[in-house]
Amino acid sequence: MAFHGLDYYGIDELLTEEERMIRDTVRDFVSSRVMPSIGKHFTAGTFPRELIPVIGEMGLLGSSLTGHGCAGTGPVAYGLICQELERGDSGLRSFASVQSSLVMYPIWAFGSDAQKDRYLPEMAAGRLIGCFGLTEPDFGSNPAGMLTTATRVDGGYRLNGTKRWITNGSIASVALVWAKLDGKVRGFLVPTTTPGFTARDIHGKWSLRASVTSELILEDCVVPEDAILPGVEGMRGPLSCLSQARFGICFGVVGAAMACYDEALSYAKDRVQFSRPIAGYQLVQRKLVDMVSEITKAQLLNLRLGRLKEAGTLRPPQVSLAKRNNVAMARDIARDARDILGANGVTDDYQCGRHMLNLESVYTYEGTHDVHTLVVGQDVTGLAAFDG
Amino acid sequence: MKILVPLKRVPDPELKTKIKDGAIDLSGASWVVNPFDEYAVETALRLLENGDAGTREGGEVVVVTIGPSEAAQQVRSALAMGADRAIRVDAEDKAIDALTVVAVLQAIVAEEKPDLILMGKQAVDGDANQVGQMLAGKLGLPQATFAASIELAEDKASVLVGREVDAGVEYKRIPLPGLVTVDLRIVSPTAVKNHVTPDAFAYGDGPRYASLKGIMAAKKKPLADKTLADYGVTASPVIAEKGVELPPARPPGQKVDDIPTLVQKLVEEAKAL
Ligand SMILES: Cc1cc2nc3c(=O)[nH]c(=O)nc-3n(C[C@H](O)[C@H](O)[C@H](O)COP(=O)(O)OP(=O)(O)OC[C@H]3O[C@@H](n4cnc5c(N)ncnc54)[C@H](O)[C@@H]3O)c2cc1C
Repeated sequence: MAFHGLDYYGIDELLTEEERMIRDTVRDFVSSRVMPSIGKHFTAGTFPRELIPVIGEMGLLGSSLTGHGCAGTGPVAYGLICQELERGDSGLRSFASVQSSLVMYPIWAFGSDAQKDRYLPEMAAGRLIGCFGLTEPDFGSNPAGMLTTATRVDGGYRLNGTKRWITNGSIASVALVWAKLDGKVRGFLVPTTTPGFTARDIHGKWSLRASVTSELILEDCVVPEDAILPGVEGMRGPLSCLSQARFGICFGVVGAAMACYDEALSYAKDRVQFSRPIAGYQLVQRKLVDMVSEITKAQLLNLRLGRLKEAGTLRPPQVSLAKRNNVAMARDIARDARDILGANGVTDDYQCGRHMLNLESVYTYEGTHDVHTLVVGQDVTGLAAFDG
Repeated sequence: MKILVPLKRVPDPELKTKIKDGAIDLSGASWVVNPFDEYAVETALRLLENGDAGTREGGEVVVVTIGPSEAAQQVRSALAMGADRAIRVDAEDKAIDALTVVAVLQAIVAEEKPDLILMGKQAVDGDANQVGQMLAGKLGLPQATFAASIELAEDKASVLVGREVDAGVEYKRIPLPGLVTVDLRIVSPTAVKNHVTPDAFAYGDGPRYASLKGIMAAKKKPLADKTLADYGVTASPVIAEKGVELPPARPPGQKVDDIPTLVQKLVEEAKAL
């Protein structure tokens, strides 16, 4: 069935024709290729790998990068791609975010020419998948405390440590592993066939079930000299990637929210209880109107965020504010949609329950809601409420 | 080889039709490329390229639309898929009927001299299914309609068109230049053969999605804005729309308790047996 999104304020008029065309093309793709099977993938706990070649052909991977087989779209177009993919499923958007913003972007920004030539065209085409290993079992919100180390050996580096909650982990051919070399955080491009590298999937997730999440174990994993990302040192490396990906999340969750609103609205108009469709009751209307209101605000926030990014004046705390606001609003909308659908809302015949569960992960990853509160808090007060 | 693909914008067929004052209410309609025309664009691209290698050497796909300035958007989406250039002839949707469209296309064909005219078998707004046949007639060109498959001969002098008819598939070879109208099946994975794409290669089902690069390149492709007068045509539709109404609501169905009652009702009420 066609999906037309919500545009209560005519925000479409503020987009360029190119941005609209890109959005509509991805929207079409999601309607006809993702929607028919995504619910089954979620229930089975499998990632829709069969979609990767088409996503690559369309140019949706690393879309905002220039050269090396990438399309070089503006940030708003990149955001809208995330929005449409996440209208399908947060797991699909997570795949694209990790590939584009967390692996391709740092190679593009901090990699050597040889690294760019080797990885970027293959990754853009979807023939080579990457993952991003920052989080560790004991270091989530505080990644700077990481225990994974790199030591120099003849002709390269030896890596040791464990990374956890790594999206795409076991389907990746290359892992960007962040590790401390002489006490400083550095990035290493580790082919996943390297001896000493193991990826083990994490099972039993309630959330992002249509996405692969793994643990990476590095045991005396030796990589050559040219595996290190030469252009960046310290936490600035991983943090700059996260800021790119987070920008996409701000848009992505609006897609999930619109999917839930769309479903709740049509359900409420059809479902008759007592004397009329439940959409005719004030309490239900209040929920629907809150959804329209919050989605519209988030859309405007995103567009402004995108234009700032285009102008090169976007500051990371501004992304934090939008991540914090938009993910929370999407999570609330998914829950209200689930409520409006009554018992049907708890089954996989409908989407809102899936989005509701997915958004729990999105609330936590890429900096938890509360951590972003502290980031913006520090920005406005000048006082850090956390250490490090 | 030059292929001309006429395309029309139509109201999104997936949306509910609204009727106001005896006419279809198109205020706030969302417009899409007529699906069969999109298939024709896809067919044209498949005929010219190596689908396996993702390359194309030579050949040109020219798309034409007759419609208001907003129709440029649908033309642009064909350019984004891979067509090379476009012509838009300015006209209000209401002011043109099939004969007017044929007159304009006839003039464009005279100017462009395409080797092949590929079009949708019909536009899903009026479902008239006339333009292709009339245009071929006026131009005196061979035609094959409702193509479910097409094969471009190695010498590029003819096409072999498969048409699904009641008894099976009928094959028609027509010399080029000629005109072919396409049906849904033309965009199935192996329906188009050109002796360039390996025969074993299978496309994805359906027309391709425009790639981001295609969308970005489309902006820079030539789109000529023309008027009816440029082609010596005045819009004087001979077909006028007198009124539109929804089909009468169907009476609700009945539930019966057992098969004998069902049979009795089929005989007595429905007179179906
Ligand atoms: C499905 C999924 C996919 C993921 N994919 C990746 C990936 O690809 N790569 C990767 O590196 N990581 C990934 N992550 C990990 C994710 O980034 C972390 O889960 C996140 O950073 C939070 O860390 P944590 O889970 O250890 O929670 P913790 O840091 O332990 O936080 C637990 C709670 O404590 C709160 N808290 C922490 N510090 C403070 C403080 N100073 N003040 C107040 N409250 C605080 C948090 O807000 C939260 O509520 C993924 C996670 C999930 C769930």
